This record gives sequence, structure tokens and C-alpha cells, in this order.
Amino acid sequence: MSESLIEESILSRPTYGTLKIVPGLAHYFLADASGAECVIRVVQELPRDMMEKVHILYVPTPGEAALITSLYALGAKRFEHFPTIDEAVAKLGEWLSDAKMGSQLYLAGTEGLVGQGVAKGEACGLDHTAVQCEHRGSLARRVQCVHCKTMIEDVTTQPVKCPSCDLLLLVRDHYSRRLAAFQGVCINAEDPSEEIEIKEVFK
Amino acid sequence: MSASDHLIPVVVSNVVEVNPIIKRFEFKHVNGDELPAFSGGAHIVVEMLDDGTKRKNPYSLMSSPFERDQYAISVRRDDTGRGGSKFMHEQVRPGMQMKISAPVNLFALDLRARKHLMIAGGIGITPFIAQMAQADKLGVPFELHYAARSVSQAAYMDSLADRFGDHVSCYCDDQGESVDLETLLSNQPLGTHVYVCGPKGMIERVVETATSLGWPAAHVHFEHFLAPPVGEPFEVHLAKAGIDITVGAEQSLLEAVEASGTPINCMCRGGACGQCETVVVACDGEIMHNDHWLDEEQRAAKQRIMPCVSRFRGKRLELDL
Amino acid sequence: MTIQFKDESFRGDFTYANSPSNIPRFPFPFPGDEYMYSTNIEPHHAARAGSPFENAFDVDEHYVAEMKDRALVLADDPGRCQALPHMETAGWDFLELVMVSKARDYPDLFKLTMDGDRWHWINKPLQIDDTFTFGDSSTLPCHPMEYIGRQVQGDHAILDQRDGNLWMDAGIITAQADWSLDFDIGMNFFEWHAPVPLAHELGVFQRALKFLLTLPQGQPSRRLNWTLTVNPRLDTSPENYPKWGPDRMTVTPENIGEKVHLRVELQTFWRLPRSNAILFPIRTYLMAMNEVVTQPKWGRRLHRVMRDLRPELVDYKGLSRYHPILVEWLSQFDDGAPTSPGIFPD
Repeated sequence: MSESLIEESILSRPTYGTLKIVPGLAHYFLADASGAECVIRVVQELPRDMMEKVHILYVPTPGEAALITSLYALGAKRFEHFPTIDEAVAKLGEWLSDAKMGSQLYLAGTEGLVGQGVAKGEACGLDHTAVQCEHRGSLARRVQCVHCKTMIEDVTTQPVKCPSCDLLLLVRDHYSRRLAAFQGVCINAEDPSEEIEIKEVFK
Repeated sequence: MSASDHLIPVVVSNVVEVNPIIKRFEFKHVNGDELPAFSGGAHIVVEMLDDGTKRKNPYSLMSSPFERDQYAISVRRDDTGRGGSKFMHEQVRPGMQMKISAPVNLFALDLRARKHLMIAGGIGITPFIAQMAQADKLGVPFELHYAARSVSQAAYMDSLADRFGDHVSCYCDDQGESVDLETLLSNQPLGTHVYVCGPKGMIERVVETATSLGWPAAHVHFEHFLAPPVGEPFEVHLAKAGIDITVGAEQSLLEAVEASGTPINCMCRGGACGQCETVVVACDGEIMHNDHWLDEEQRAAKQRIMPCVSRFRGKRLELDL
Repeated sequence: MTIQFKDESFRGDFTYANSPSNIPRFPFPFPGDEYMYSTNIEPHHAARAGSPFENAFDVDEHYVAEMKDRALVLADDPGRCQALPHMETAGWDFLELVMVSKARDYPDLFKLTMDGDRWHWINKPLQIDDTFTFGDSSTLPCHPMEYIGRQVQGDHAILDQRDGNLWMDAGIITAQADWSLDFDIGMNFFEWHAPVPLAHELGVFQRALKFLLTLPQGQPSRRLNWTLTVNPRLDTSPENYPKWGPDRMTVTPENIGEKVHLRVELQTFWRLPRSNAILFPIRTYLMAMNEVVTQPKWGRRLHRVMRDLRPELVDYKGLSRYHPILVEWLSQFDDGAPTSPGIFPD
């Protein structure tokens, strides 16, 4: 799996780094299958006695088991996996509600997972600037239709048709951290008869 | 435009000796009007006319932000300083008319915080008195940890303990007490913001401890004491005005520029807000950068100076004023 | 001074128009014959009697109709008015600033009586007469920002200040030039301006932010911004783009004078006392091209500005479809004579 290649864009579009363990009283990890190797990479370097401070949440690809085994084998204090990002993020919220200042949050994987993890961290009182994020895997986007407010997952095309209001949306680089989504705005609002080719661009 | 161009005329309504080194001054508007509302952590600039020298010092407001009929500040006497605190202690009496600026807040509470953790050293207590009144009214949890040299020097400790009970803890050097920062900062719920105001060493210890425990920088707030340092007199050329001025030993460069009648922006007068940032046209010598505004690179380049706190030693300093 | 409030619409049959006496007080946004971004911020103190800069919050003949339009937008989409939880104090600051300013500047229209925290507010044009406890939101029908935001022309964003940045953490935004509060709420100064072309490279936002972070209490500032809108429509939100976008196809050389409107935002900046936030009112003024060119100086200058506008800005401001015919139409009002400095008509 290749490392993230995100082109330089406007200032609201998030950029990502590489996970690195920093000092902290506790270390919380959330990853999907694309990001699992990042978690393994940094956690396996930790001394044994640090594992008491490590908590891992994981969203596997359906049917996949090898990475679950590898993550489990790291020996974290807590390790849980969930079939969906929503459930894993909800669990993260539960964990963080008891957490103390000095807790570190590490997110790795697709943009949808990372974005929702950041938003959850912020909702639990952790400033977004303190969250470490590493992007891996698909560049598929989570998009909010600005017209009917529907959240569209795993958008790979430009433009994309809103499944709820049927408008053809231009996926902008403008990104909301609170919504963990890119903005989708009708591409042919001025002339609805205009035909626009739909291309696969976010791979 | 500068905050200190819009001064508020006040009358000194009360002067209280809090302990041998600290006096509290209370101000009312000369017309009896309400004073501007403010937020905890704000300061005002007090103008002092000291025997021909005009001095302006910033002091934190300690009165409740919800009381608009008067303001209160506390001044710690510093006999080695520029004379501002000495003037306040020796010359200012009830009934005197003075001028103050509107409040400015460079040390505000982060209103998103789940809890406010306040750490004060000595006279650094003052902004927290206003902030506690604010946090209390907003119903947000807070704790104050207040370190002083001795019980007698722990100004306002008794009244704070009366008002806020066990939200407040005091530590006296002469009793061998000190704040256990490591334990304190290891036991705060996520979403806590920590604020520290006191001597430089204390601020550094809090910032270092918090950082080493993994607190993000956005949750750590501090306010340095804002007092322009004294130093040797020096000459400055103001290029636009075409004049040479002398900065006295106990005068700031900003005050000397103002005394010459040359326009200059400013606000905090303590090297923090960035308003008075001035372009250096020529510099043959060393700029003593005392501000918290310019970064290392800018300091080394000698192309910018903060006249409110910084000084100069050398052959020639020419400013774009 | 008595203002005759107009009964008019900003949608449907678009009956909005400026009275002849209202035209010269329009805040024409071009101080010179060419336009490029600048920070162009100046102190917002009383200037020029009769101008929109005379009072803290300008009230004009469109007040009542604009407030009706806002109510329609909010009924349709409550997300246009949102405040993050920590912004309630700032909402009260905003309410106080507007009530105190309007009662002072327009005593025949607004009256505020304060008895400690018990406040009595009368808004005659909107027939409001309410008593409430300042600082206690349970004594108002809604959030203080929404309560007062429904009584003051212009959109209002409230910017929280922390970590050396400003954060768009609250707002009541129903008359915007194509930006979404629901999407942008919670963003910092650079993030919500991210889609604006050219200005970042010019350092405009860095300078503006630095200025705003030290904005003193009691010393508000202002600047003018502009775009063009087809039909006098206040709600040109991205949410409703499918409703107003097609209007851009309807411009012809024959109807351009009445259809295309110069849309000017009088943006002001106020330090709020209790929250340390910044109130950012964005007051929109609309004027049809036919009305603009009644002032010969404005007709000449607008032609020159539009003719020489950079292509990136033509695109960003959404003018591409009718820009050439607009320049052609405006050229008939430009005899090449020099124009006087400043924005006011001769």
C-alpha cells in the first residue's frame, strides 16, 4: 500500500503527517485496514511497560483477519474492532470521556476515518492541533451536499450525483473539520441542461 | 490608531495597602458613568504624569467583570524598576484624577474549556481574581493554585478562600510548600485548559511539565509580567519625522517616541500584542529584544523592533517613524 | 429623521428598488478606477451625515423588508443561524452593542431602558416590545444572537479569538454572497477564506488577521467588499444556488440595467467586551445598474473597473456569463473624463 499522495491545495484542505509517538499519559489509536500498518509500525517500537498506556480501535475490511491478529498481538491494554467507522468512533468517544489531559490521539487510514476521529477528539475536548494523523489508502472523499445536507461516503468521482436530491455536485477542496467532509456544490445550477462527464478522480 | 489615544478619565476612588509591598487602586469614571465591560484576564494601561515624565504601565484588572461601576488593579512595588510602581505607591491618592485605556485582553479564558486550571505566582494572582468571577458565573469548573513567598505576602488569599472554598489552594515558600505540578497536571480531565501567570521561572516550569506530560500547546496559556525593563540611555533617529530622540534610562523607546509627538501604534505596551512593531531602517549595534512577539529569525535580522519593551546599544539606530 | 420603510421583496417578483433619495447614499466600493484586493480597513467612526457610515448600525428604507426576508430564510433553513456552545456570552455582547447603538442613534425608532440586568427593549418598526434579563437566555425566546440578529440588517458572524487566530464559531447568515455558515462554522480565519483566489498569495489575510487580533474595544473598523448579483436577491447562499444560479442565464443587453445589481458589503469589526470575540457584521447594499449610472462618476468608474478586472476575479465572483455584455453596456456611460478621488458622488 502506497503512502499518501495528496496534491497541494487550498488552506482548508487537511494535510497529514506520519505517526510518531510523543510523550503522553495514554495513547489512543484509531485505524482502518489501510492504516493498520502505521499503528503496528509505531506501537511495536514501544517498550513493553508502555503497553499499559496503549488503547487501539480498529475497523477491518470485511472478511479480513490477518491485521486483526497482528494488532491484537501488539499487546495493548485495550484492543477492540468494529465493522463500521461510526461504531469505532462512538467507542473512541466513550474512551475519551474518561481520559485525562496528556492523552494522545493517533489516527491512521482513509480520510473519512481520520476526519471523523479528529472531530470526535475535538468534541471530547482535545484540540485538533494535538491529534496526529497519517493518511493511507484510498483518496475517496466524504462529501456534504451543501443543498440537502446529505453526507455522501466514499466519493471517487468528479462530479458526483447526490443520492438524496439528485443534483450533480462539484466536489470542492474546501473541507470542514467539524463535519469531517468536503463540500459538494451543484455544478450545473446555472444551466441545468449542461451535460457534464463524470470521471473517476479520487482513487 | 492606538488604544492609548482613547483614554478614559477616572478618579482614584480608593487606595488600599494590601501588604507591605502591594497596594490596590480603585478607579471610577470621573462622570460616574459605567466603565467598559471586560473579560477576565484583561488589563488596562494606566497613564502616570510623574514630574514631567509621562509613563504608561499595563496592569491586570482584578475586579469582577460583572461590576462596571469601578475597576481595581493591584500594584507590587518594585524599587529597581522604572519607577512606575514607585509612583503608584508614593504619589497616587484617593481623589486624584488619572487616565486609563479601555481594557485589552491578551490572556483570555478559552471558553471551550471543560475546566480552567489556574496557577498563580505572587502578584500574578490579579488576572485570576477576575477570571474566577467569570468562570464562577458561567458555571464552568475551575481551580486556583497560588504560590507566594509567605502567608503575609499571599495577597487576597483569605478573601478568595472565603469566596471559592476548596477551588483555591495556597502554597507558601516559607512553609516549605510548593505546587506539585507533575501530580496536578497528570490528573486533569480531557478538555482542561491551564493558565499560568507569575515569575518567568514558574511559567517555564509549568510549560515544560505540561509539555512533557503530553499537554498540547493550545491548552497551555501564560502571561508574562508586562514591564518594560530599565537600561542605559540611547539615541534613536526617527527617519520620517527627521528627528533624533534620546531614550532615558527609565523610559521605554515607545514612551520616548510618544514624548516627541511622533505618531506610533501601540496597545499592550508589554511586548505581547504586536501593534507597535516598527521597521528598523538602519542598525549599527545590538537590539535588546525583550518582546514575546518577534521570532528568533526576525530578531537576528535586526529589521524589526518592538519599541514598547526593546532597547538598543551601539552606534546608530534608525527607525521608520 | 423619519425613514419611510418600503414594502418590497427580494425574491419572486423582486419589487426591491432604491428611492431616488437613497441612491446617493449607496456605499459605492471603488475609490479609484481600478480594483485589486487590498486590506482597505479604516476606522469605523461617524462620517458624513446621511451616509451609511454615519451610525454604528445603519438603518435605511429597506430595514423592515430585509427582516421579513431573513425570517423567511430561517423558517426554511434553521441552519443559517448557528452558535457553538461557548458563544453564548458573545451573543449577549452582540445584543448589547446593537441595542445600545440603535437606541442612541435612532431614538425615534428604538428605545432601551436598563434597570440593572432588567432590560426593556422597544423596536417600533418591527413592533417588538420585550422585557428580559441581560445574561439569562431563558428570558429570551431564542439565543441572544438570533434574537438581535433578526432585528438588524446584514449578516453577522461572531469570531472567537484564541491561539493567535480567529474562529468562525457563531453566525446568523441569510443574505450571503455564496458561502455556507453550516459548512464553515468552526473554521479559522485562513480556512474559511481558503477558497478566495489570489488574496492569500498577496498576504492580504495575514495582514488582516494581525490587525483584527489587536482590534481594541471601542474602536471599530470597516471595509467595503463587492460582487454582482442578478436580480435584487439577498439570499445568494450556496444552499440555494440551484434557485438563483439560473438567473445568470437571463441577462441580456436589453434587461442588464435592471437585472444586474452591484452588491456591496459594508463589513465592520467590533471587539466584544465580555467574550473578547469579534463581531463581524456584513451589511449588504444592492443597487441596480440603472440606479448606479444615475451618478455620472459611478457610471464612468464602474465601466473602467469592470473592463480591467482580472480574469480570476471575474470567475471567482461568478460574472463570467455576462461580463462581456456588462462591460459593453457600461461603456455608454464612460466618456473618458477623469473621475474625482473617493467613493462619494460628485
